[in-house]
Amino acid sequence: MIKIENISKNYSEKIVLDKVSLEIPKGKITSIIGANGAGKSTLLSIISRLLKQNHGSIIIDKKNIEDYKNRILAQHLSILKQSNHLDLKLTVKELVSFGRFPYSQGRLTAEDHEKVDEAIAFLDLKSIENSFVDELSGGQKQRAFLAMVVAQDTEYILLDEPLNNLDMKHSVQIMRTLRKLCKEKGKTIIIVIHEINFAANYSDYIVAMKDGKIRHYDTTKNIINPKVLNDIFDINFEIIEKKEQLFCDYFSALKDIY
Amino acid sequence: MSIPNKIFTLVLITLILSGLFLFYKLPNNWEYALERRSFKVASMLIVSCCIAYSSLVFQTLTNNKILTPSIMGFEAVYLLFQTLIVFVYGDKTFQVIKNSDNFFISIGLMMLFAFLLFILIFKRGKSNMYFLLLIGLVLGTLFGTVSSFLQLVIDPNEFLIIEGQMFASFNKINTDLFWYALAFMILSFIIGFRQIKNLDVIALGKEAAVNLGLDYDKTVKLYLFIIAVLVAVSTALVGPMTFLGILVTNLTYELFKTYKHSILIPACCLVSCIAVLGGQFIVEQVFNFNTTISIIINFVGGIYFMFLLLKAKKI
Repeated sequence: MIKIENISKNYSEKIVLDKVSLEIPKGKITSIIGANGAGKSTLLSIISRLLKQNHGSIIIDKKNIEDYKNRILAQHLSILKQSNHLDLKLTVKELVSFGRFPYSQGRLTAEDHEKVDEAIAFLDLKSIENSFVDELSGGQKQRAFLAMVVAQDTEYILLDEPLNNLDMKHSVQIMRTLRKLCKEKGKTIIIVIHEINFAANYSDYIVAMKDGKIRHYDTTKNIINPKVLNDIFDINFEIIEKKEQLFCDYFSALKDIY
Repeated sequence: MSIPNKIFTLVLITLILSGLFLFYKLPNNWEYALERRSFKVASMLIVSCCIAYSSLVFQTLTNNKILTPSIMGFEAVYLLFQTLIVFVYGDKTFQVIKNSDNFFISIGLMMLFAFLLFILIFKRGKSNMYFLLLIGLVLGTLFGTVSSFLQLVIDPNEFLIIEGQMFASFNKINTDLFWYALAFMILSFIIGFRQIKNLDVIALGKEAAVNLGLDYDKTVKLYLFIIAVLVAVSTALVGPMTFLGILVTNLTYELFKTYKHSILIPACCLVSCIAVLGGQFIVEQVFNFNTTISIIINFVGGIYFMFLLLKAKKI
């Protein structure tokens, strides 16, 4: 379990996170939603030690992340940020192999090779495993980076806007993969996501943030409700229920300009 | 061609060029000439490797393939010191300060500068590489301006002494200093070698490196320190030469399409040795010392880059 205790972060005067506390359950997909500048990415960066908080602590499996050795923590928790620009001659397979670095420090064992192949198969990258990463399309690149995280085989997987710049087909592909990771391998996944309908249909819990604070935190069903969403995004929502699936229509806000 | 074959070819070219340098037009009293030439070739190899290593690692740390460590202002510190001693002692400079003293004081000052820079940046808890570069660049420009000002006010004859230091030259190498430079270089290479795999991870970027459990700050500090030592040694030995860095690193990336530093670093050292040996040979035998090695290398390098650009356009 990830326990976030009283996290505050400020850049000189500007407060980005204000005493945020949260407990994220194991084996589920938890989405973090909110408007731009609500502090979602900052929170994710702090949980994954990419950023240092001013106050508070992050507890992972009853141990403060500051007490973990870097290498050991990397076997428990992985993070994938949104910008993955690479100016390197690196094949997909080599990139995925980096996922095993926390275990073998670059000298791959037989077990590592097995995990790498498994990750490549899991993301359906077998046919392009020897292509250079900088020659791939956006969707393939995103899958390659996700495969690296899968090979890292951590209990907790943190993703910062994994659907950024992807079309619907590839977005669905990525989200299905995440669901599969959660179901088949029992991973705990935390994602920062903008597309509300993906959050509504693929996550178990939703954390809704506004102005550096957690405004609502509940099961997806309870968050996807016009009142809550209006409170978070300040626009009108209409929720459509169809075959037990929830869809958010936020285009009704357009009516007054036509 | 496979990677071992490419490395082998580069080694072969380096050996041929070294042989050419040693034995071409050997005069009658060959024993003395050969000894002088051996030291010259050896020091060219040392400087080439120092520059190749420091530039390649620096580009990895900054994730930027068009930078060299000269942006941090090491050479400006060196030139300022050379200008200052001539400013103070005038034409008596060489009587007051021995060559070896100059060598060690120069290295000391460049290291001190590097330390101050690193402490300033890392103490503030900001391990932002670009902030480090910015401060280095600003200080380097400041030192450069101070040097220019001092060069303007001194006697023109004394300025000639400084001018000799401003351009890299392999003709004034002191054999005593050679051994110290070699020792510094080998020591740095050994220390750097143990974590060479970590450089591959750093090349993925800071966030990916931290995600993979690397102690990012510690590794960056170690390699910045090694870079500072290597740049200081090569600059104190022959003068400012880091312009070579961009050319040889990019040639290496072009020749060896890999990310592995265990291949890139030795390959880059070889490419750099070939560029320096070949360039210097042309300077001495074709142009009879009427030009400098910087001009030759920049000229050839420039043409090669245009060729690369034109080739890339077709695709």
